[in-house]
Formats: sequence, structure tokens, C-alpha cells
Amino acid sequence: MTPILQIEQVSKRFGGLLALDKVTLNVNAGEIFGIIGPNGAGKTTLFNVINGVYAPTLGRITFRGENVTGLQPYDLSKRGLARTYQVVRPLAELTVHENVTVGACFGRENLPLEKAETVADEVLQFVGLTARRDMLAGKLNVAQKKRLEMARALAARPIMLLLDEVLAGLNPQEVADMLGVVRKIRENGVTIIMIEHLMHAVMNLSDRVFVLDYGAQIAEGTPQQVSSHPKVIEAYLGDPKIAQRFLEGTG
Amino acid sequence: MKTLTNAPFWLLLVVIAVVAAAPVALNNVSLREDFFLILMLIILASSTNIIMGYTGYVSFGHIVFFGTGGYIAFFLMQSLQLHFVLAALCGGIAASVMALLIGVPVLRLRGAYFALATIGINEAMRSFVTNFEPFGGSIGMFFNFSVYDAYGGAKNAGQLAYYGIVAVALLTVAASFLIKKSKFGLGLMAIREDQDAAQVLGIDPARLKVLTYTISAFFPALAGAIFFFKNGIIEPGPAFELHRSIEALVMVMLGGYGTVTGPIVGAIVYDRLRSTLITAPPINLGTLTINLSNFHLVIAGVLLLAIVLFVPAGLIGWLRQRFAPVRRYLE
Amino acid sequence: MNLEALIASSFDGLMLGFVYGLMAMGLTLIFGVMKVINLGHGPVIVIGMFAVLVMSQALGINPYLTLPVVAVLGIAFGVVMYFISLHRVINAPELTTLLATFAVNLIITGLMTVIFSTSPRGLDVSLGALQFGAVTILGTRVTAVVIAVIVTAALYFFLYRTRQGKSIRAVANNRNAAELMGIDSTWMLALSFGLGIMLAMISGALLATLFSFTVLSGGGLETKSFVIVVLGGLGNPTGALFGGIIIGLLESITTIFIPVSWVPVLEFVVFVLILLVRPNGIFGAR
Repeated sequence: MTPILQIEQVSKRFGGLLALDKVTLNVNAGEIFGIIGPNGAGKTTLFNVINGVYAPTLGRITFRGENVTGLQPYDLSKRGLARTYQVVRPLAELTVHENVTVGACFGRENLPLEKAETVADEVLQFVGLTARRDMLAGKLNVAQKKRLEMARALAARPIMLLLDEVLAGLNPQEVADMLGVVRKIRENGVTIIMIEHLMHAVMNLSDRVFVLDYGAQIAEGTPQQVSSHPKVIEAYLGDPKIAQRFLEGTG
Repeated sequence: MKTLTNAPFWLLLVVIAVVAAAPVALNNVSLREDFFLILMLIILASSTNIIMGYTGYVSFGHIVFFGTGGYIAFFLMQSLQLHFVLAALCGGIAASVMALLIGVPVLRLRGAYFALATIGINEAMRSFVTNFEPFGGSIGMFFNFSVYDAYGGAKNAGQLAYYGIVAVALLTVAASFLIKKSKFGLGLMAIREDQDAAQVLGIDPARLKVLTYTISAFFPALAGAIFFFKNGIIEPGPAFELHRSIEALVMVMLGGYGTVTGPIVGAIVYDRLRSTLITAPPINLGTLTINLSNFHLVIAGVLLLAIVLFVPAGLIGWLRQRFAPVRRYLE
Repeated sequence: MNLEALIASSFDGLMLGFVYGLMAMGLTLIFGVMKVINLGHGPVIVIGMFAVLVMSQALGINPYLTLPVVAVLGIAFGVVMYFISLHRVINAPELTTLLATFAVNLIITGLMTVIFSTSPRGLDVSLGALQFGAVTILGTRVTAVVIAVIVTAALYFFLYRTRQGKSIRAVANNRNAAELMGIDSTWMLALSFGLGIMLAMISGALLATLFSFTVLSGGGLETKSFVIVVLGGLGNPTGALFGGIIIGLLESITTIFIPVSWVPVLEFVVFVLILLVRPNGIFGAR
């Protein structure tokens, strides 16, 4: 089976900084693919390159058999790629419902407004934000904003979803709720790539895990394979707290 | 389109049309002149609001389209004896084409840089027209008496200009309403809130912004064509008066930016306030006589500052925030 | 082509350029520190003009001796203007601060019109002239250049050598970080606004010694300041000085080749092009 997303030898340079160094990875349709790595490893840059915010300096990206290297974010959105931001970016002066309608309107199905409004209501139901439908998005709390990010991305009816630390800043109950939502999304057939710092979450959810450090791949495989990989331990031992969590998550 | 079966939409247009018909029905020429000015301000404020309120791009020099449309239409009427309606349409289309051409590079700029560029464009255009001999240079152009003859004399031409401005005002408000309530408008507001996030959600900001700028240039150009047709004279100063551009921004802020009715209310309130101040009788405080008309700029400034500092959402915006049920009727 | 005429106008333009530079520096300093485009810049320049006029005519003081007073008035007025019109909205989107400063523009212009009317005024200053062949150098211009240079040097000394100046630069660089370091950012913003206004008023005072003026002279000078500031890079005081000199030279030299009325066309076209191609100014990093 050909992978749904192929990243071949992708590098991204910012001036003197090599943020991504010849990254190669394949993501299969229907899987949850976890990306981990210490702070500053280049995880978010990788997302930005995948969804077209930055064009890669070198390398090639293929999505569903089509070369999408250097396409704009809106082109990729139309092709079925959606993402959430690590630092939430609600359209603050629009209502929750309008935010999600934007996703549905301009996403893969390019729906007309009325159809998009219906889809938005369905998605709000799915993520459990129906009660906040007519609130201004800027007035939501953090957990709700994270759900909104998710809802907006889902309303585009994506084929692949990039989740950038959707669990960060949530309390344990909110984390559990969000994990439920992520599982449900996968059950609907959406391929998911997630960047996550919460090790137990990423290790439990992911089919495969990819580890980045200083912009380069240091390991890839099942959660078990990765967590016993010496280079991964070494990378994380630089930060004992994370190493501890790391071991707890898989132990 | 759902908006076309929307009651507030038709109600708004009917109210404007009925009020605008009053001076004609009453055969009151001075009232008609007052209304002409208010309707023109509504056009300027509403079209500024389309690019500024919906899209978040503050066009400080939007008056450049008013002047350009006015000049081109005037030239066509004067030199080629083109009919007023046709000439106005040509002026409108020319301004839109100009907006399309300058919009592509200029709308890449964000925030203050965009605002400054629009000022620069207006000033460049004004100084260019001042030197452009076919348009009469710094003296401008004025109609031969014969031009009005085609419309049954100056008196009838005034009446015709009024019908024209009413039609354009209705058109502008309708366009503003339809855009706000459309998928297109939703895309614009997403750009206003966060352009980068909007891109990731599938919006091509460059395309939407340029299209919006092109639309928002059309209406002030028509207004300019009609205004200078009525006056029978056009000069670079009044045609490209930056001050009028900024006044339009003030009206948008006063009424509530990003709303449909806000710029209308803002235009009416601003105009009434200004004319009240200018025509107010002097106040006698014993030996001291205060002539309010001298202070109209000061009062306008204080009022603007008060709004910006304390009611940034504007009158309509404030009502919508304060009384949620109002939102369904006051767009 | 007359070489002497070219030299003469180059000198004139160069000297005027220093005053223009000083004028634009006020605008660019404010933008650099607080990202506010002061639409009240023009009327403030006019206040500077009338401050000299009133003091020199009513009190019979030599116009140049009023400059220190104008400077002090400028800082005080700027600080007051900051707290009245900007402090509340300093973190709001730029539209808000643009309109707030424009409101101040209306208020100042309105009050000045009531007090002074719009009739043309002039200062009667003459410091003689130096003659080098066909080149005449007016004493007033030389003095204006010297003062502009002194004020610029003093500004740089203040910004780079004093504690307050360094704090202002810290606030300009990163307001939050500066606050974490214990800098009172509100006071620094107010002070830099005061400095910006002071520079505008001093430049107004100097311009008043060179040309006649009215209450409404500010409009044209304000747009000229925008052009200069964009040439030199928004927020860059040195750039403003160079931008001022370029505009001064441009205005004087081009008039030999093209009619004077075409100069603004050239200026504004260059202005828009620079915004598009090099928004950080011709000296700034791309």
C-alpha cells in the first residue's frame, strides 16, 4: 500500500539555522502517527512545512500520490489537509459557530454557506461545544478553545489531520475527554499526525512514533521500539523530568 | 442566497428609499441638498467599511476612488458628451480596475504599512492630476452650460443627480449587507481576525482581499461622478481630499465597524452634528461670546477621541453587544 | 544646464533636508517605540511654529532663544497628549491609535484656527548671507542646520548614553521583557512620545524661521514626514535624517529638470514603491 503522506529528504533552513535536516517519513492511511522530540527539535516547523506555511528548502512532499511541495496552505486545505495550532488561534470576534463554519466553507468540500452552517452544528455536537455555539470565540476558556481548534479543522472534512499539542494546558479530565475525541476522529477514517509532549498519551494512542532531535530523525517505529531506543533515551535524558515521564508512560 | 429572503435586509433598503423620497415628495430643494450629502457620506462610509470593517485593512486614502471616478466621468461628459449614467459607470469601472491593479501589490502590506500606502497613493494621484493638462491641471474642469441642456437644464440635472445618489446608496448598502452575510464575507472576517489561520483553513487571502478592494472602489467612484456632475466643476483639491477619507473612517467608527447599519448611522450622526455645530447661534456668557461654529473641529475631535477610547465598538456595535436580541435585526 | 544653479540648489536642499530629517525623526521615534503612527504630527509642528511666533513677537525675545522653551513645552505637551489620547488604547489594533491621534489633530487644528485664524504668518529673522560665486547661503539656513544637528546629537546621546534613554530602547525592543527587568514601560512610552513631539515642535520652530506659514501648514508637512520616514525606514531615527536630506535634495535639484509641480508626484510614487519593495526603508534590512 502506498503511504498517504510521503516526506522525502525534507530540509528547512532559516538563515543560519537548519531547523529540519533531511527528514524522511511515511504515514499510512488511517493510522495515528505520533511525533515527539525535545523542545526546539523542529516538530512545529515540520508541521508548517507539511501544510504549506513554509516551503521546504530542499526535499519533496507527496500527499495522496500528488507532489504538493511548495503549495500554499489554502491549496492543501482544499486537498484534505487540516491542522490545529499549538497556541490556539480562534477568530476572536466571530462566534464559535462562525469559526467552525469558516472551516466547513473553505475546507476540502468547499461547501456553500448554508450547508457549511449545518456541518458546523454537527461538528460542534461531536466535540461537545454546542452549548457555546453563539459565544464569541475569544471569550472561551483554554480547553474550549482547543476543542474549537479541533472542530474548525474537522469541519473541513479532512483526509488527514495535524494535531499540534492539543493536550497541552488541559487538566486530566479534559485530557481524557480530548483523547476520546481523537479516537473517534480516527474511527471516522481520518489519518492523524500528532505532536505531543504528554508521553503516556502519545504512546497509548499512536500506531507509530517518530522522534526528532535538532531537526533530524533519531528514531522511528512502534511506541515500544521507540521507547527502548538508546538515542531517544539519550535525547530525553537532557531533560530528566521528561525522561521520567517518558519511562512512566511506557513502563 | 438566503439574504434575499431576509426581512432586515429589505426593511433597511425600504427605510432608506422611503426617507430618501421625502425631499422629492415635498418638493423641498434645500432638504434634498442635505439628503444628497448624507447619502453620499453613507456611500463613502459603507464602502470604506467593506474593506476596513470586514477585512481589517484600514484604507486611509479611499477617497482616491471618489476623485478618480469623478474625474473620469467628468471628462467623458465634458469632452465626449457621454451620457451621465454611462459616464458614471465608466468612472466606477475605471476606479475598480485601478483598485485591482494597485490592490495586488499594496494588499500584501499589513497594518500601518497598508494605511500609509493608501495615503501615498491618494497624494500621488492628486499631485498627478494637478499636473495633468487633459483634466485641466490645477484649475480643474467645469461644464459648459450646454452639458446640462441634454438633461433639461441645471435644475433637472440636480434632480437627476439626486436620483443617482439614492440609487448608488441603495446599491452600496445592499452590497455591504450581501457581502456580510455571504460565504465571501465570512472569509473576509476570518482574514480580519487572523490572516495566517484563515489561510490554513483554506482561504486564499490575496484573492479575497483584492476582490474586496475592487468592489469597495466601485461605489465611491460612482458617488464622485454624481457629486461633481451636480457641482458642474471638479478640482484636484476637493476630489482627492484626504480629510474626507478620514472623516469616512470616523463615521465607520462612530456607527460601529464591521456592521452594515453602523456606517449609515455614523454618517447621519456625523453630518447632523457637524451642521448643527456650524449653524449654531453664538452662546452669550456675560461678556464672553462663544461661537460654536468656530469650535466644530474641536468638538468633532473630542467626540472622536471619546468614542475611540470609551466606545470602540461604535453605536451599533455597542447596542449589539449590550442587547443580544437586537443582533437579529441590526446587522 | 547650469552647473552653478545645480550647486546652489543642492546646498539649499541639503540644508533644508536636515530640518526635514529632524521633523520626521519625531514621527519615526514614536513609531519605533510604540508602533503608533502619530496623525497629530502636522498640527504639532504648527504648534512649534506658533510658539516661536508668539514668544518672539509678544515678548520680544530672539526666536532662537525661545527654542529651549519650545523643547520643554514639547515634552510636556507630548506626555500629556500620551496620557489623554493613547495610554488607554496603546495595546489596541493600529486603527484605534491612528484615529485617537487623528482626533488630537482635529482638536489642535480647531483650537489653533480659533485662536490664530488661518491667515499667513512669518517671522522676521535675518542673519545675513554668505556669497560664494553664484551660491548664496542664507544665515538662517545655516543656523537651522546647526541646531538640527545639535538636537539630533543630543537625542542620540540621550538614547544611548543615559539610563532613561536605554530604558526607552529596551521598551522599544520588547515591552514585556523590559517590564520584567523592572522598567516602568508606561512612563517610558509617555517620555518617548514627549520626545517625538518635542522634535516635531523644534523642527516647526526652525521651519518658521525659514518660511511663512499658516495654521494649516501641518497637513503638507505631515505627509512629507511620512515620505521621509518610509524612505529611512519606519522606526529608524538615523534613517529619518538621511530620508530628510534625500527629500530636501530631491525637491531642490529635480526642480531644475522638471516643473516644480511634478515633484510631489515623484515623491509619492517613490514613497509607495519603497513601501512595496523595501518596507524597512532604503537603508534598513530587507
